[in-house]
Amino acid sequence: MSTYSSIKELLDLTERMGEPLWKTVQLADCEEQDITPEASWETMANMLSVMRKTDAGYDRCQRSVSGLSGGDGGRMEDYVTSGKSISGPLLGEIVATALRMGECNACMKRIVAAPTAGACGVLPAVLLPCAKRLGAPDERVIEALYVAAGVGSVIATRASISGAECGCQAEIGSASAMAAAALVHLAGGTAREMANAAALALKGLMGLVCDPVGGLVEVPCVKRNVTGAVNALTSAEMALAGITSRVPPDEVIDAMREVGEKMDPTLRETGEGGLAGTATGKRYGG
Amino acid sequence: MSIFDILGPVMVGPSSSHTAGAVRMGQIVRRLLGGEVCFARILLSGSFALTGEGHGTRQAIIAGLMGMGPDDERIPMSFELARERGMEFSFGTVALRDKHPNSAVMTVRNAGGEQVEVGASSPGGGRIRVFELDGLATSFSGEAPTLIVRSDDKPGYVSRVTGVIAAQGINMSKLRVEREERGGRSLMVIECDQRIPYKVKVAITAIEGVRKVTRLNPGEESK
Repeated sequence: MSTYSSIKELLDLTERMGEPLWKTVQLADCEEQDITPEASWETMANMLSVMRKTDAGYDRCQRSVSGLSGGDGGRMEDYVTSGKSISGPLLGEIVATALRMGECNACMKRIVAAPTAGACGVLPAVLLPCAKRLGAPDERVIEALYVAAGVGSVIATRASISGAECGCQAEIGSASAMAAAALVHLAGGTAREMANAAALALKGLMGLVCDPVGGLVEVPCVKRNVTGAVNALTSAEMALAGITSRVPPDEVIDAMREVGEKMDPTLRETGEGGLAGTATGKRYGG
Repeated sequence: MSIFDILGPVMVGPSSSHTAGAVRMGQIVRRLLGGEVCFARILLSGSFALTGEGHGTRQAIIAGLMGMGPDDERIPMSFELARERGMEFSFGTVALRDKHPNSAVMTVRNAGGEQVEVGASSPGGGRIRVFELDGLATSFSGEAPTLIVRSDDKPGYVSRVTGVIAAQGINMSKLRVEREERGGRSLMVIECDQRIPYKVKVAITAIEGVRKVTRLNPGEESK
């Protein structure tokens, strides 16, 4: 079997092999890294278990060293349990999970970079509450993580997953595309729907700049995990409804790269432009 | 690139470059010294100096010097743990020219009084690159099995070292030699395709003029 460097190649390979997309991703990686599918599965299962453990270990009283992050996951949980949430418990839980994970990262807890530490909340925020809602067993969630990894690999190869290179669109945007495709798998969608979901998610966040206040992975990074998660959910819903991206996924990824390259350096993780450059942002920085 | 570089690694936050990479820097310095670190003077440069506090960069480097990995939950408490072990450590800043903004120069000593000075950068994704060892320019990441040989510059020693490696059937992918001056200190860095066994280290250490040999095998950083 060969490897893939585009979403199209991944879809073609999946079709040729007659396997589900997640299996194509797994087997291609096993061949390249010279590991067995069983060992690969074990590693991926551990990623899910770390995500669950981090989420369960969230402490609403903990604050980051800078004092900028902490407690918002708890605030959101209280609001959702109060029953006053406009959008209802599922979306509320997605928002709360994204905040919890982002805050855990800011507070030096153990997380799974997906694809980066700053964007670590997007995938679990979508997958954990939706798996519960859909009654999906852990095996299916682990399969979904392979789908996410496959999409992320293509983005990393064709464009970038680094905020310093291509802005936040490459971190939260990529995480959102990965999560959207993964969610389609969780809901039993097709490989083509997964590809569409990823494209729709990436399009929705195209142009997003990386402007961390004080150069820290906190403001606005923690809350952008919420943006990425909610965008993943709506993108997956559209794809499952049969809505397609008019621009094919690979062209969307290439456009993201182009936009990233044109982005001013002050908007690429230097902590100078955007929110970091505001009067308040500068007060926190330095 | 593995899919677990995309979905992973498992690490202590908040930043792959400023936290996970900083731990790996500490780990590699520990390996280059050999033995427990009992003294460390760390100079942070650029972004490491400016935003290191909020990223836990200092705690991360000390954790690595104690042999912890980037996923060790004790990283935030590393200062206390280091003091308990009797490690003496301090931090300062340095302005390094022409180096990546995420860089540090680390001087460490072990109980035997041996000292090494290492300059390294963490360009992103938790990956690192050593750019200087004991005042000699170099370049290695530790991602491939790597042998670092410090010796006196003696005619023919390069071929004797590589001969040991060849005799074990190990394929070399990169070889870089630096020296101070003719007959002075020399630094050889060899990257290999296969894991480097202990007996290779023993055989090379026995070569005349060789002073110190370090082997870095990926996945064995904490040993």
